[in-house]
Amino acid sequence: MDSEEQGLTPRASLEQEVQKLLESQGLGVLATSGPHGAHASLVAFAASRDLGSLILATPMTTRKYANLEHDPMVALLVDNRSNQRSDCHAALAATGYGRAGAVQGQQRRAWLALYLEKHPHLVDFVQAPSCALVVISVVRYSVVRAFQQVSELVLSP
Amino acid sequence: MTWTMALQDVRGADGPLVGDKSLALARLHQAGLQVPQGLCVTIRAYNHFLDQTGLRDRIQMELSRKAFADMRWEEMWDAALRIRNMFLTAALPGDLDEELMAELGRAFSGRRTVVRSSAPGEDGAQSSFAGLHESYVNVSGQSDLLTAVRKVWASLFSDGALLYRKELGLDPVSSSMAVLVQEIVLGECSGVVFTQSPEDEAALVVEAVHGLNQGLVDGAVEPDRWTVDRQSGKLLSSSAPERDVWIVPTADGTAKQPLEADRRVRPPLDPEQLTSVTRAALQVEVTFGRPQDMEWTIRDGRLQVLQSRPITTGRQSEAGDQRGWYLSLRRSLENLTALRSRIEGEILPEMAAEAGRLGEQDLAGLSDHELAGEILRREEIHQHWVRVYWDECIPFAHGARLFGQIYNDALRPADPFEFVQLLGSDSLLSLERNGLIESMAAQARKNPDLLQALEAGDSSVSGQDFQRLLDDFLDRFGELFCHQASCTQGRADVLALVAKLARQRTSGNQSRQDRVAGLETAFFKAMGPQRQAEAREVLDLARASYRLRDDDNIYLGRIEAQLLRAAQEGQSRMERKGVLCPHPDPGSVAAALTNPERAMVCQEESQPDQPVRGPVVRPRQILGQPAGPGVIRGRARVIHTLEDLRFLESGEILVCDAIDPNMTAMVVLAAGIVERRGGMLIHGAIIAREYGLPCVTGVSGALEAISTGEVITVDGYLGIVTLA
Repeated sequence: MDSEEQGLTPRASLEQEVQKLLESQGLGVLATSGPHGAHASLVAFAASRDLGSLILATPMTTRKYANLEHDPMVALLVDNRSNQRSDCHAALAATGYGRAGAVQGQQRRAWLALYLEKHPHLVDFVQAPSCALVVISVVRYSVVRAFQQVSELVLSP
Repeated sequence: MTWTMALQDVRGADGPLVGDKSLALARLHQAGLQVPQGLCVTIRAYNHFLDQTGLRDRIQMELSRKAFADMRWEEMWDAALRIRNMFLTAALPGDLDEELMAELGRAFSGRRTVVRSSAPGEDGAQSSFAGLHESYVNVSGQSDLLTAVRKVWASLFSDGALLYRKELGLDPVSSSMAVLVQEIVLGECSGVVFTQSPEDEAALVVEAVHGLNQGLVDGAVEPDRWTVDRQSGKLLSSSAPERDVWIVPTADGTAKQPLEADRRVRPPLDPEQLTSVTRAALQVEVTFGRPQDMEWTIRDGRLQVLQSRPITTGRQSEAGDQRGWYLSLRRSLENLTALRSRIEGEILPEMAAEAGRLGEQDLAGLSDHELAGEILRREEIHQHWVRVYWDECIPFAHGARLFGQIYNDALRPADPFEFVQLLGSDSLLSLERNGLIESMAAQARKNPDLLQALEAGDSSVSGQDFQRLLDDFLDRFGELFCHQASCTQGRADVLALVAKLARQRTSGNQSRQDRVAGLETAFFKAMGPQRQAEAREVLDLARASYRLRDDDNIYLGRIEAQLLRAAQEGQSRMERKGVLCPHPDPGSVAAALTNPERAMVCQEESQPDQPVRGPVVRPRQILGQPAGPGVIRGRARVIHTLEDLRFLESGEILVCDAIDPNMTAMVVLAAGIVERRGGMLIHGAIIAREYGLPCVTGVSGALEAISTGEVITVDGYLGIVTLA
């Protein structure tokens, strides 16, 4: 039984689909841009239940961190591909767009708990003083399924 | 019970759940032998703990930072300590905690226990982890029992166990561990039986001691020994040691104590008891169908079997088996204390005297032939002391390691290397030396004329105070500069270093001292009133271990400097004869002195790399071990030879193979350290913590990947070096 049959609105259905995808995946590809152009990196992420925030951690010495300090507008791609031909029709991909920034203090503690719930093995990494906890405030998701069918889930119009 | 199983309920098919030791004891119990009551904390519990806490992945990450094959044993120890700390600090999942507390309380309420490892494959016929996994004797109270269970789990990843698995080609992360908790049996005498003697297949060997058998197993108490004919039970031979000590239970563990007078004169076993031990051992052998190594104890006249495992064959008898060496990585406080007095009382004074004697010799007055002989003699002397250094001084580093483990057990700090900060001591020779340099730099800071003159290599404008400091420095440490450059340049090098340091900011030492005092207080408090003497002893030993590991290097450096002084005298003579050779090795200088036809072996000057066409591989981030907290970005100064060190400028990042204590006079100029050699207790790491420098050690390929002048970032929290 798909979600439309459950009587969900298209928005609620898409939200549920993105939520499930983000819960099922641990890694995504972060796109940043800096003085030397675009940069993509694989990151371990967690998402807030309302989909409005994506959290990731990075050493402050990395290119991605320098880039997002230079230009905080970033994208994070999460997908469930299996690297098979069937991905063309079966895989689902969602890209979250928004403004990224490192969080501090009380805010950091709250987001850190959520992040470590999903990635407990990264505790030593995230707690290092040279590691930044970055939160992307997502304004919209672009969701691709069935090869070319693209929907937009706009959180903050 | 989801996570535990009573020993008497264990059946043959439960082996994968309870491990070898528990299974063997359960079989003996079923065969009618007396076995102490026990509770198995199953492998299911271990896996649940690892999966729920994310520990399995953390361990995997820790062990995959560097290829297993590339890790030095010191790095293995560091990894083992980090992993041990993870086991001690990760919270037990609620359901597991609840059941363990309840079941351990029910089974052993108010009673003392032994907590033993019981891993599958631990007691195989081809390999044996005996002694590599931990056991804890005389533990009571649920909380202490749970801590002991955690430590036994962690011992799956002890340095010895990791190295042994590496040798056997086993993956440590897929190994697992059950724990057997048994009521302690405080026997009047205890021992071991090998049901087949390694020297005579028809005989068995019984070893016994008064009191607990822990002393026999770890070699602290010498046992009585009997060899008995397996068939007839006839006594073939026996030997008795000088019985003077035994192991007895204390309030929170065990202790070696002088043996009571009446026990000293009688063997632990009478003939009747010897027969009953022999019979029981042969019954155990029949039960398992192969020769056994059985531990037993006798209390109130009743024999109890503590454990039994097959006598290991195969690998252990092969020449290449290093298990004995791995076991030797665990050194006792007693062993280390004896080593300390040998190093302090004999080795270091002898080294100092040797360097002194060599220094007094007038080399210029020797003929070429005599000088050649002297160079060779000094080479031999140097080699001798290098051997002593490796055989006796390096093992003493375990003093700091032993303290680290005790500190972490007591305080469970988030940073498993927090204890390193307590090792420092201002009496270290290298700190004394650096203090003298800093005093000269302080004078130069106040006197711009002097500073300018020093930069030009001139100290004539300085006042008497400065001259006194300089003379004192050259007297005591001048040969180290001779060692790292050339003797004639020694004075100029010292002046240049003082000038560079004078231009550098000064750093206060007060906050470090306050921090250290705070940690020390916390350590003594955490050890509790009963263990104050032990705390003092182990901290004192650790500080000595750290100081001597530093000082012995310096003394060895002095002897090497005297070898180089003789070689340099020879090289100068050859130069006067028109033979030029950069950095010849001493042996070839000696050969050339006696036979001018012989060409000296010179170090080739390095050629610049040819430009590469096509795609190139350029490292961007290199992973090592976080060895000194902090982050710093700066220009790299790569040290390929000691000569390069002379060009180190204030604020540069020192990139080198390994920091020799003789280099530390210059290290104070550096803003950060990157070292190829790995380890948290190696010189570079310790000196970095001492001076608060960000430091990454164990960076494979650092010298090839990084060039002098290149801007790099050292992340001493995460152990990452970022290029460009």
